[in-house]
Amino acid sequence: MQLTLWTYEGPPHVGAMRIATAMKGVHYVLHAPQGDTYADLLFTMIERDAKRPPVTYTTFQARDLGGDTAELFKNAAREAFERFAPQAMMVGSSCTAELIQDDPGGLCKALDLPVPVVALELPSYQRKENWGAAETFYQMVRQLADTSVRRAPREAGQRARCNILGPAALGFRHRDDLREITALLTDMGIDINVTAPLGASPADIARIGDADFNVVLYPEIASVAAGWLKRTFGQPSTKVVPIGSGATRDFIAEVAALAGVDASTVLDNANARAPWYARSVDSTYLTSKRVFVFGDATHVVAAARIAQDEMGFTVVGLGTYSREFAREVREAAALYGVDALISDDYLDVEARIAELQPELVLGSQMERHIAKRLGIPCAVISAPVHVQDFPARYSPQMGFEGANVLFDTWVHPLMMGLEEHLIGMFRGDAEFHEDAAPSHLGGSVSRPAAAPISAPDSEPELPEAVAAQADAAIAAAADSSAQVVATWAAEAEKELRKIPFFVRGKARRNTETYARDKGLPVITLETLYDAKAHFSR
Amino acid sequence: MIPIRAASAGCSDAPVLRERGQREVFCGLTGIIWLHRKIQDAFFLVVGSRTCAHLIQSAAGVMIFAEPRFATAIIDERDLAGLADCNDELDRVVTRLIERRPEIKLLFLVGSCPSEVIKLDLSRAAQRLSNRFNPGVRVLNYSGSGIETTFTQGEDACLASLVPSLPASDKAAPAELMVVGTLADVVEDQFARLFQQLGIGPVRFFPPRQATQLPPVGPNTRFLLAQPFLADTALALEARGAQRLAAPFPLGVEGTTAWLQAAASAFGVSADTFARATAPARERAAAALARQRSQLAGQRIFFFPDSQLEIPLARFLSRELGMSLAEVGTPYLHRSHMAEELALLPEGTFLSEGQDVEKQLDRCRAAQPDIVVCGLGLANPLEAEGLTTKWAIELVFTPIQGYEQAPDLAELFARPLVRRTRLAGPVVGAVAVAAGTQPEALPCN
Repeated sequence: MQLTLWTYEGPPHVGAMRIATAMKGVHYVLHAPQGDTYADLLFTMIERDAKRPPVTYTTFQARDLGGDTAELFKNAAREAFERFAPQAMMVGSSCTAELIQDDPGGLCKALDLPVPVVALELPSYQRKENWGAAETFYQMVRQLADTSVRRAPREAGQRARCNILGPAALGFRHRDDLREITALLTDMGIDINVTAPLGASPADIARIGDADFNVVLYPEIASVAAGWLKRTFGQPSTKVVPIGSGATRDFIAEVAALAGVDASTVLDNANARAPWYARSVDSTYLTSKRVFVFGDATHVVAAARIAQDEMGFTVVGLGTYSREFAREVREAAALYGVDALISDDYLDVEARIAELQPELVLGSQMERHIAKRLGIPCAVISAPVHVQDFPARYSPQMGFEGANVLFDTWVHPLMMGLEEHLIGMFRGDAEFHEDAAPSHLGGSVSRPAAAPISAPDSEPELPEAVAAQADAAIAAAADSSAQVVATWAAEAEKELRKIPFFVRGKARRNTETYARDKGLPVITLETLYDAKAHFSR
Repeated sequence: MIPIRAASAGCSDAPVLRERGQREVFCGLTGIIWLHRKIQDAFFLVVGSRTCAHLIQSAAGVMIFAEPRFATAIIDERDLAGLADCNDELDRVVTRLIERRPEIKLLFLVGSCPSEVIKLDLSRAAQRLSNRFNPGVRVLNYSGSGIETTFTQGEDACLASLVPSLPASDKAAPAELMVVGTLADVVEDQFARLFQQLGIGPVRFFPPRQATQLPPVGPNTRFLLAQPFLADTALALEARGAQRLAAPFPLGVEGTTAWLQAAASAFGVSADTFARATAPARERAAAALARQRSQLAGQRIFFFPDSQLEIPLARFLSRELGMSLAEVGTPYLHRSHMAEELALLPEGTFLSEGQDVEKQLDRCRAAQPDIVVCGLGLANPLEAEGLTTKWAIELVFTPIQGYEQAPDLAELFARPLVRRTRLAGPVVGAVAVAAGTQPEALPCN
């Protein structure tokens, strides 16, 4: 058993629902107990879908367990077929139905429906949402693709054709990423054969073989299917995910090579403001800001590259909850000289952030929570996300417009340059004090400083609860390393408070590390400046 | 005073459509979302699957951002391999949890569908852990599984599990009143003042705000249900000698008056005192409702089943606001607890118990009601079809009981209708959903 306050991913059948909901002409019959219909509101509320997900649940109850739950499933499947007349059905179990082992696939076979039925085996007690989505998409492609359809060798002058794979329902910015990348490919003179699963019908999947190559936008969802398409139709697929200006350029080059087109016009006309914005002098103060990156593997790897190479930040930590892509994330971490955190335990992530004391957290909805507790600016870069990250406006992460969106999104939570300078120079201002939130964000919310571990004079403007929370988190991080922390002399503690809040946590940590290494029981003013000099080397 | 006795027999013996099919409802685990805030030193540990964790997280939405007093012990494949191991694992998880949250006084092990299906004996686990952490933490268990409980029934199961640990009251003591069912703090305080003015006391509320302040129970206890979904809790209280005071539920002026009157009669409060104590609030609420009546009178309302609050709500909306009832669906109908309510419902009301959601949607579309009360899985899709909806869960998360809240309750139903008239223009574009369908104009009244 695993103690879970927050789960980064839902169960695998939610991943299957994301595929069914993304597609057209598909219906999913899910053997599940009463109550599992909660998953509908992920789509109708968070994504604000105007229609119900194409999912029929058996919603069995305790009294049904004494009877024939298999019959219940068959009836549900038959009625769903009659009512919705899908071109293909998906059938499967949720975690509870998995325990009663009714075999939806076999039962559905007995119904002998006149459409393809894809039976899903999703082990709920081992796997999670993204795996479920990937497996479902793979099974759909594998069972619905017409293997007799082959792309004829291209003649001279014939346009290249590709499939776009990966965008699904409830995906973080999938809607706009797809529009951005579709436009990019079209500008390059490439035809789109099938986009799947988003918007694809079983008939579309059937002709998936009629393309020269595949563009894989979200490996978490599409890499398994892309592997099968490579083996079956010989279609190569793209490896670069076009998030960030650099990655988009690499992606364009990769696609150009696969399609045999000249990409120079597209590159020249790129509507990329982000690189100039990052180069403009206003952004100089962003240099070496310490960021922590966490989320799904694709977005984390992309974000780390942008942070380091395109924003000039320093990546001090990165990690993912996508165990399936741990290797890729470890390789990316090695580029920045940090250890990757591969964990789906929210408490581990919290402890790591508290320990690293970054100036900016790029993460999921959960990291927003952690950052709020620790008083660190945060931007969301990855699922899981909440309703505010399914915006009405055009907000891709991919392509050149995506890079523009990312620049704005990531810089926004940081204090602006002039304010940061002035706070470093003058303290004790009634309004623009060091622990106030940046004034461009309203400024009234006080943020905890790097929480004092032994501070006798806690700052009066700090809400105690928030400070205590941050305290606890840092203390927990300290406990976990089982190291004794030196006591702060009052004078040194006071001096520490003169350091602007966003670097104070790091200063505290460095000083304590220094004191421990030197075996100093008390941190004095001298220790503080010795440590500063030591670490500035 | 508004007469409690209905002019007709109402719906006391009315036929009820009983349906079985797909049920678009929450499971009882959702009760944790409000219970953990009500009982401030209790912690709810769900023993279940990732689905359970995901459900509470999704349903709790943004509130989970404040370190919540609930969590899930997720069963994994190792636990399924052998049951003995499961108990050790549970002990380990609980120990870790209590170390992390030393302020917890009461821990609920909440059963789920997976834990019920594998027959994990949580009651024995609760006993074992209670002994281990005695006297600091008391450990109880109940089931919030979807196979056994629907939405608010989770609260029923939770409170019923607490009843055996209530202290016994002195048998010789004079009668005491207990109000049963979670109420918003503000509502609880209003009721406490009203009972004081009526001269009824002492009055205890169950569940209490602190697990350490459990109300005593015994043959001298008279209890009023503040919520309609407390069948098992009432049984458990009766088993300890307490007597239920039959009454409609305190929704609207009429319901609140009849509810208070039930207590007043049991405690021998004079009609004069009753009128004096209740008149100011009653008149204030009635005047406010009269203003809202113009918005709502004549509008047809359709209830999908959700919380068991549907029948009292329908009674309030039809009798006090003049709405007409297209269908009143409830997940579960408790005949005797609902007897006073049914008597007040207009004769001929279409009642349904249970659900086959597709058939009910067909009925709803055919009826074309002015407003539909339904869950969040149906609300936006129905709006896109041109129907106006009121999402039902808000009725559980908002203070709606008592006199002062009666206008707020009416407002909850008026607001979507006002909004619909205010947002002029067709719903074009709303259907450009994830599946990439083309925007198309929809019928819109």
